[in-house]
Amino acid sequence: MTDLATILASARAEFAACTDAAALENAKARYLGKAGALTELLKGLAQLSATDRPAAGAAINDAKRELESALAARRAALADAKLAAQLAADALDVSLPGRGRGAGTLHPLSRVLERFESLFRSLGFAVADGPEIEDDFHNFTALNTPENHPARSMQDTFYVEGGMVLRTHTSPIQVRYMETHAPPIKIIAPGRVYRVDSDATHSPMFHQVEGLWIDRDVSFADLKGVLTEFLRRFFERDDLKVRFRPSFFPFTEPSAEIDMAFGDGGWLEIAGSGQVHPNVLRAVGIDPEQYQGFAFGMGPDRLAMLRYGVNDLRLFYENDLRFLRQFA
Amino acid sequence: MQFSELWLRTMCNPPVDSAELCERLTMAGLEVEEAKPAAPPFTGVVVGRIDAVAPHPNADRLRVCTVDVGAAAPLTVVCGAPNAAAGMLAPCAREGAALPGGLVIERATMRGVESHGMLCSAKELGIADDASGLLALDPSLAPGTPLRDALALDDTLITLKITPNRADCLALAGIAREVAAITGAPLALPAPAAVPVAFAGTRPVRVDAPEACPRFVARLIDGIDAKAPTPAWMKQRLERSGIRSISAVVDITNYVMIEMGQPLHAYDDRLLDGAIVVRFARDGEKLTLLNGQLLELVSDLLLVADEGKPLGLAGIMGGEHSGIADDTTRVYLEGAFWSPAVIQGKMRRLGFVSDAGYRFERGVDFDGCARAVERATQLVIDICGGRAGPLTDATAPADLPRRDPVRVRAARVARILGVAVAASAIADALTRLGLPFTRDGDDSVVAPPPRRFDLAIEEDFVEEVARIHGYDRIPAKPAAHVQHMLPDPEAQRSRHAIKRTLAALDWQEIVTFGFVSSSVEAALDPAAVPVRVLNPIAAQLDVMRTSLLPGLIETLKTNVKRRAPRVRVFELARVFHRAGAGYEQPVRLGGLAWGHALPEQWGEPARHVDFFDVKGDLEALAAPRRVETRRGAHAALHPGRAAEILVDGRAAGWLGELHPRLVRHFELPTPPVVFEADIAAFTEGALPAGRPVSRVPVVRRDLALVVAESVPAQGLLDTLARASPPHVIAVSLFDVYRGPGLTEGRKSLAILVLMQDTSRTLTDADIDATETLLLSVAAEKFGAELRR
Repeated sequence: MTDLATILASARAEFAACTDAAALENAKARYLGKAGALTELLKGLAQLSATDRPAAGAAINDAKRELESALAARRAALADAKLAAQLAADALDVSLPGRGRGAGTLHPLSRVLERFESLFRSLGFAVADGPEIEDDFHNFTALNTPENHPARSMQDTFYVEGGMVLRTHTSPIQVRYMETHAPPIKIIAPGRVYRVDSDATHSPMFHQVEGLWIDRDVSFADLKGVLTEFLRRFFERDDLKVRFRPSFFPFTEPSAEIDMAFGDGGWLEIAGSGQVHPNVLRAVGIDPEQYQGFAFGMGPDRLAMLRYGVNDLRLFYENDLRFLRQFA
Repeated sequence: MQFSELWLRTMCNPPVDSAELCERLTMAGLEVEEAKPAAPPFTGVVVGRIDAVAPHPNADRLRVCTVDVGAAAPLTVVCGAPNAAAGMLAPCAREGAALPGGLVIERATMRGVESHGMLCSAKELGIADDASGLLALDPSLAPGTPLRDALALDDTLITLKITPNRADCLALAGIAREVAAITGAPLALPAPAAVPVAFAGTRPVRVDAPEACPRFVARLIDGIDAKAPTPAWMKQRLERSGIRSISAVVDITNYVMIEMGQPLHAYDDRLLDGAIVVRFARDGEKLTLLNGQLLELVSDLLLVADEGKPLGLAGIMGGEHSGIADDTTRVYLEGAFWSPAVIQGKMRRLGFVSDAGYRFERGVDFDGCARAVERATQLVIDICGGRAGPLTDATAPADLPRRDPVRVRAARVARILGVAVAASAIADALTRLGLPFTRDGDDSVVAPPPRRFDLAIEEDFVEEVARIHGYDRIPAKPAAHVQHMLPDPEAQRSRHAIKRTLAALDWQEIVTFGFVSSSVEAALDPAAVPVRVLNPIAAQLDVMRTSLLPGLIETLKTNVKRRAPRVRVFELARVFHRAGAGYEQPVRLGGLAWGHALPEQWGEPARHVDFFDVKGDLEALAAPRRVETRRGAHAALHPGRAAEILVDGRAAGWLGELHPRLVRHFELPTPPVVFEADIAAFTEGALPAGRPVSRVPVVRRDLALVVAESVPAQGLLDTLARASPPHVIAVSLFDVYRGPGLTEGRKSLAILVLMQDTSRTLTDADIDATETLLLSVAAEKFGAELRR
C-alpha cells in the first residue's frame, strides 16, 4: 500500500502548490479524474483476490475521502486569499477628512440671550418683545420720566422722523406688556437698544434684557434673590459676589444698581433694577396697593464680554467671521 | 460733583479713612466715580522765602538764591527759574527730599557753586501743569512750614456721580448730611448769621411770574473793592472742586453754591435801571449771555430784567452787560428759588449746561436762599470790604412747592423690602437723615424737607429707610411664590431654534446696526423711503434699514477685505418701514452666501454657491412646510435670477442673486446669493398628525418630458399633481437635461410618479391609464412631448 501513501503525499503537495482555482481543478483531475491515479487504483481492485479486495477497497476509499477533504480545504483557502486580496485592494485612507458642508455658529450675544431665556424660563419667566422705533410715551413718559425731566439726560437719545425715538432701553416693553396683561406678570424681554455713545465699552446699538415680575408681594428681597441666583447660574459660580447699591431710575423706587465682583477686587455694573414705581403701575391701570414687584434692565453685551473674555465691545458688531467662529 | 475731602471733613468728619469713606458713600447711593490725591507723594519740601538773589558767577541762566527755610541759617540754592525774586515765597526741597518721579535732592555743585536744595515749580511737585517758573506761595506763610501742610496737599479730590434725584448732594452741605446719616458722625454745617445792615440802599423787586419764581432774595452791598484778591484757601477749595478762580465776588458766589447748593448771581448795580423785574421774555427780545451767546428770546424763557432791559436768563446764566467788573463798587446780590419746571429743558434747547441751571432744574432748597445770601454777604465784606444793605425777600408762599406730610407704614416697608424693619429702626433712619417726623403707632408721618425734591411718596421713604438700614442687610430671598409651568406651543419653533438650524446648515449668525447709510439704501432700492435718524452718530448711519441687505453686504465686504474665502451669513432682526402715520417693524430673517458652495475639500469639486444651494437650505429650514420659489422682481436682484419665496403657498420673502449693477457698486469679486423672509414663515408650523401607512406595493413610473425653456418646472409639477387621480401619491422632479438630442430652447424634465392605492394592488391598465392621462395634460397645458 505504499503506492497509496505516495499518491496521497504527492496529491497534497500538488494541491498546496496550486495558486488558483483552475490549477487546483487540473490537479484534482490527475488524482480523481477518469484517468486519475486513485481512479486507476480502484480499477486495479478487480485483479485482487476476493480476500484482499475488501481491505484494499476500503483503503482506497479512505484515501479518496482524505484527498477530497484536502481539496475542499485548499479551495476554501484559495477563495479566502482571493477575498482578502480584494479587500486589501478596496481599503480606504480612513484618515482623510469627512466630506460635505461646514458648520456655522450663533453670534456670541445670541448664545448669551438664549442662556438668559432658558435660565429665566426655569423660574417661570415668559419672553416678551416690543418695537425698536418707540414713541416718547412708552420710552419715557409712561416710565415716570415726563418731558424735560433731568433724568432724560441720563440716556442720550436717537430721534427719528415723526417725533419718535429709537428706544434707549427695553423698559418700554414693561409698559406695553402691562397695558395688555393683568398681573401676575413674569417676563423677560431681550432686545436691541440705541444710545448716542461709541467707544470700546459703548456701542450706539447694544442689547438689554428687561425683567418684570408683578404679583401681590414680590419684594426687593425677591429681586435680590432672583438676580443673585441668575448671575451665579449664568457664570456657573456659586461663590460669585453680587452687590446691590442704591441708585436712581425714575421708574423704580427703591432703585438699585447691581454690581458683580470681577478680577481682583473690582466691581462691574451689570444691571439697573428696583421696585416698580407706583406711578408706572398706575399709568397702566394696576393698583399699587394691590400689586407690586420688581423690574430690572441688564446688559447682556457686558455679560458676554465677561463670560468669553472679550475686552472690546465693538468686536461683537464688526462681524469678522474669524472672531465669530470662535463661539462654537 | 467734584470736591475736596478736607473741605467735606470740616462739616462732618467721621473716623474712617478716605477709602472707607468712599466705599460708604457708594453703598449709600452716592457713587464715587473717582478719588485721586490732590498731590502725588513727596517729602522734605518746605515753604522757603527768597531773601536775596545774586547772579551766578559762571552761568547766565542760573542765579544764586539765599533762601530762608525757617532754620537757623539760610540755605544757598542755585536756581534757574526766571521768576525767582527776593521776597518771594516758593517751595524749597531740602537736602534728602524725595520728589514725585523718584528724584532725591542732594547737595550738588552747579558750575562751581554749591547748592543746598531746590526751589520748585508746581509741575515738579506734581500739583499743577505750570512749569514756567517757581510756584509762588501766599506771602503770609511762615518759612519752614512743611509744604504739604501749608497747601493742605494731603487731600483727596472725590468725584461723585450724583443721580438726578439728589440735587441736594450737588453741595458739600448735602454730602455732609449724608455722611452724618450713614456714619453717625456729628454734623457742623455753616450757619451764617444775618449780616448787620450798615447801608440803607435797596432796589425794588417786582415778580410778574410768582409761579416761576416763588422766592427772590437780594441785597445791595456798597463800597466794595472788586479787585481784592480771592484768599488762597478759597481759591484752593474752588480749584479742588474743578472751578477756576475768576474774581473775588464771582468766586464767592461759586464758593457758596458749592458749599450750600444755592446758586447766586452778582450784578454791578451801576448797570441796573430802576426796579428788578422777574418776567417771561417777549418774543424778539435779545440778550447776550455771559458765555457770549446772543439769544433771540421767546416767551417761555424766564428773565431777570430791570425796567429797561433783560439782565439774564433766570436761574441759568447772567447777561454779559450786567456783571461785576474791576471797578464795580456796589454789588447787587441775588439768591432766588426758580421753579424746576421753568428751568427744565431750556438748557438742552440752548445747547449748553450751566452749574446754576443744572441745580435749579433738579431743585434747590427753597428755604436756603436767604441763608446763602447772608453767607455770601459776609464773605464779600470779609474779602472785599463794603457795607450790607437790607435784605429784600419777595416770597409768594402759595407758589412754593408743596411739602405734604407722607405716612410711612411699617407694614408697607416690610412688604416692599421683603423683610420686616422695626418701627424703631425706621425712626432711627429718619432721624439720622434729619427728616422731621411724628410717630403714629407703627407708622411715621414725615415732613419732606424743602431741600429734598426726591421725597414725595411713601416709596421714596422706603428707599431712604433701606439705604440707611443697608441694601446689603436685606436678604436675597429665594423666590417662594406659586409657580406655574409656562405654555410651550409645540407647533411653534423658537427664534433660537431657527438660528441653531441655520448654524447647523453652515450659516454664520451676525448682528449689525439697525441704522445704515442712506446712500446704501438708495443703491439697493431707489424707490425705498427709509425712516431718517435726526441725530445720527455718524453720517453713514443716517437711516433705519428697510431690509437686512445693507448689513449683510457690509459684512461680506468686511470679510472679503480680510481675505475670507467663503461667506455665509444670516441675521434675524427688525427692519423698518413707514406705514401710514406710524412704522412697521417686522422681524425678518436675511442671509447672504458668497464664494464656494462647500468648504474647499478633496472629495467634492469646487463650484460657486448658487440660487438652488440657498433654496435647498431654506427648504431644510422650513421643513415640513413646503418652500416654493417663483419668478419675482426685486430692485436689488438680478432680474433673471430673482424669485419670490412662498412657504406653504404664502408669500414669505425673496431670494436671488445680487444685481450685477450692485456687484459692481459694492466692488464685490463675484455676485452673492441673498434672501430675506418673514420669520413667522419659519417659526409657525403645525402639530404632526400620524396616519396609517398602506401595505399595498408602490409603483414608480418615470416620465421624461421635453418642454420649452420658458416652462417653469414647478408649474408643470403642480398641474400634474392637480390632474392626478387619488392613487398618485407623489409627482416630483429628479433631473433636468439640456443638450444633444434636444432642439435649442427646449429642456427635458425627468419626473417620477409614485402610485399606490390604499386598498388594492394597481393593475397594469390602471398604471398605463394614469401615465397616459398625465402625458396628455402635460402636452395640452405645456406643449410637452415624451422624450424618446
